[in-house]
Amino acid sequence: MADKEKDSKKVSRRKFLVKGGLGTIGVVAIGAYLFRSPIRRQILGVVNSLEAPYLDNIDQPMIWFEVTSDNNILLHSPKMEMGQGTFTGIAQMAAEELSVSMNQIQVVHAASSTGNVDSFATGGSTSISGLWKPLRELSAMLRVMLLKEAALKMNVDIDQLSVVDGVISGNGKTLTYAQAAEGVENWEVPDVPVLKDAKDYKYIGQPIARVDLDAKVYGDPIFGMDAEMPGMLYGAVVRASKIGSTFISADTKAAESMPGVVKIVVEDDFVGVVENSMIEAENAKDAINVTWDSYDNLNTDAIVKMMTVGNGKSSVIQKNGDSFGDQDEVVTLEFRSPIGAHAQIEPNGVVAFVDGDTATIKISTQVVGLTRKEVAKRLDLDVEKVNVIPTYLGGGFGRRLHTPHAVQAAIMSKVVGKPVKYFFSRKEEFQHDMFRPPTHHVIKGKLNEEGYLAGLEHQFVSGDVATDSALIPNALTNFLGADVGAIRGGFIQYTAIPNFKAECWHVELPFATSWWRSLGLLANTFAMESFIDEMALKANMNAVDFRLHQIADEPIDIRLKNVIKAAAEKANYSEEVKDGRAMGFAASIDANTPCAQVVEVSIVDNEIVVHKVTVAMDPGLAVNPDQIRAQCEGCVIMGMSAVLYEQMFVEDGELTPTIYGPYQMALMKNAPKEIDVVLLQGKDTPGAVGEPPLGPIGAAIANAVRRLTGERLTELPLKLSKKA
Amino acid sequence: MEISLTVNGILKTVDIADENTPLLWVVRDTLDLKGTKFGCGKAACGACTLLVDDEAVRSCSYPVKFAEGKKVTTIEGLGDRENPHPVQQAWIEEIVPQCGYCQPGFMMATAALLNKVPKPTDEDIDKNIINVCRCGTYYRMRKAIHKAAELQAEKVINESKEV
Ligand code: FES
Ligand code: FES
Repeated sequence: MADKEKDSKKVSRRKFLVKGGLGTIGVVAIGAYLFRSPIRRQILGVVNSLEAPYLDNIDQPMIWFEVTSDNNILLHSPKMEMGQGTFTGIAQMAAEELSVSMNQIQVVHAASSTGNVDSFATGGSTSISGLWKPLRELSAMLRVMLLKEAALKMNVDIDQLSVVDGVISGNGKTLTYAQAAEGVENWEVPDVPVLKDAKDYKYIGQPIARVDLDAKVYGDPIFGMDAEMPGMLYGAVVRASKIGSTFISADTKAAESMPGVVKIVVEDDFVGVVENSMIEAENAKDAINVTWDSYDNLNTDAIVKMMTVGNGKSSVIQKNGDSFGDQDEVVTLEFRSPIGAHAQIEPNGVVAFVDGDTATIKISTQVVGLTRKEVAKRLDLDVEKVNVIPTYLGGGFGRRLHTPHAVQAAIMSKVVGKPVKYFFSRKEEFQHDMFRPPTHHVIKGKLNEEGYLAGLEHQFVSGDVATDSALIPNALTNFLGADVGAIRGGFIQYTAIPNFKAECWHVELPFATSWWRSLGLLANTFAMESFIDEMALKANMNAVDFRLHQIADEPIDIRLKNVIKAAAEKANYSEEVKDGRAMGFAASIDANTPCAQVVEVSIVDNEIVVHKVTVAMDPGLAVNPDQIRAQCEGCVIMGMSAVLYEQMFVEDGELTPTIYGPYQMALMKNAPKEIDVVLLQGKDTPGAVGEPPLGPIGAAIANAVRRLTGERLTELPLKLSKKA
Repeated sequence: MEISLTVNGILKTVDIADENTPLLWVVRDTLDLKGTKFGCGKAACGACTLLVDDEAVRSCSYPVKFAEGKKVTTIEGLGDRENPHPVQQAWIEEIVPQCGYCQPGFMMATAALLNKVPKPTDEDIDKNIINVCRCGTYYRMRKAIHKAAELQAEKVINESKEV
């Protein structure tokens, strides 16, 4: 009973709203989903798994659902669709509790003026897990609300009603949801009903095709780059090519007489041009001569030197037992990872229109709330008057957690009084990315008499990942003083080892670094799992047995052991080199999702070729197993790309390269011909999916190469020494 | 200057100030066909791939003047929901897209490949499909390309039966 009372407090009645609209007969807005957890728990949540608070408790009605006259449901998603399949998963969750068919649900991005503004972001692999409970509860409530209205209209007791595919029937009569909603002015808000039992799921757990599949196969204009507004002009912003450039002044004379110039906008911190066409805007931009104050002499070597363990400030993030005793038998290996670019194919772009005291922003972003706040602040507008209309993202990966271009476009729009569209050139994307920071790792280990680890220590250094990202306050980005993003994957996961320590160093780089899909996980797991493999070799033990023996017995440890066993079994893991091919093994835990991978590689023309990857992962309840497989496949290939080919350099103060090709990425020919995915379910709620499979791939490949050639590769991207 | 070209089967005449304007922008902004994507503008990613006289072309680096009198096919003209092209059908069956941004370019490149090599081997695919997909959908794409080849072959057989 006490529980029920608590439940009934979740939704505030006054925030329910029903209104008529074009083609829409009932707009049902279910208001703020109140948090029961005090702020402290939210903070803990962020630190533990980046499961950050997902909804603002803002004081305005928020539309979740619309019941349309043709008896379909529009679901307004606070989470953005960037390829990760969230729209499909939440459609399944809503359809389940609403008792409608999948094709009766259409998911749209919630606009900030009417929808749920996410106080955090779409990222951190939290969308499905964060919405799992509230969305099903809200859907179930809407079902009961519709049933109550239907009972009145049909004059049938509510207990006698049942629903199939949005059609209510009882006592020989039927009524659609649309008919039930029609004309209702005062909805009765029920308590949260009991949710469906897992054994009755019809859609949850099914490999249903993506809800955006058709739009993406037939070329519908769904992306930020495709957005337009009537009468819009094109803008361009001059960007420095050197690192650390501060804007001093601009000579705009030559540009002023260029064809099509509408206006040159000079602000304190940027210069932009507004033109009649995109091409003209680009040309005029190139004719502006800007004086910058920049770092001229920086190069990659200087960055590598800076990014070395021992520099900056350090925090011990994990410690158990003692430090090493006899230093003689300690094995030390060092690892490095380079600067990584996001390289998402859709460049950042925006269409903004500032009209009097209101602003409309169409943008592909991972941060609707932040974009809105920043535009409001810079243009001195009321936050409520800034409507951010999100589009589908042509890739996110963390690149769209920063949207200063929305502010710039809004300023240009205000100056010319018309909508302005502007987007980054590819060169600007590469030079003004918020990069994955380079890292350096020093790992020490010592074996005991039985050949297991007596001690293990991971010291690593990274640039900013979560710190200073404007996304969440710095108070929340630090874990025992360390950057909460940099430490992902940096912990020792073999906690049965008696003595271990992980220590994270932080160095400020002269260029911006930030969230790159899976954050610290890619580099940290590469280093840690390469080292573990080297120790297994030294101990003359099977790499899988060596790992299993040193994992503790907490629930997460048991799940880790299970994925390790499942991957080894599915791949027939063997340490024999056969027909010029070798296998490599690695495992990681990220955001509470354990994942293990086995790769099969060979060497052709001194290049590493990955033939097959077996992935075993335990993401908990799989809302859509096909999309989870797709994420595993995608992470494997994106991860391969990062660990085998990708690398940014700094030359004379410039970040290079600035184009695909020279910035080498995995192509079709490099992708493994076989990717085998095994999904385990070690808990009954959904967990993180979109990043955890990026963990093991680097070390798994390096470990296979070690077994094939004898060479231990310690630097990303992995390159064989010429002699091999 | 005026340039005439057939776009998705319809003859269009466009008035373009600069004849060197990339075909991509004429298609996207003048003709409002947004399915062809901008990724790099330097012929390096393939997001802008469309067909000119049935050949795959990276339209960001193809001056519109060269399209005069030619037949241009974009993703919107490849097939539609009622009549999907075998490549689109295969893409749906294999559930290929993730973010989806690169996909029209890959589908157009695949359609061009199948015109020339109706039953491509893995090597043919590796050699000819050289666009970039950041989401890493290559694994499903390869399966979809093989499936598209099958679907296309079936379609040819069925059509010849009807004749
Ligand atoms: S946009 Fe044409 S190849 Fe990249
Ligand atoms: S599906 Fe996202 S880039 Fe290919």
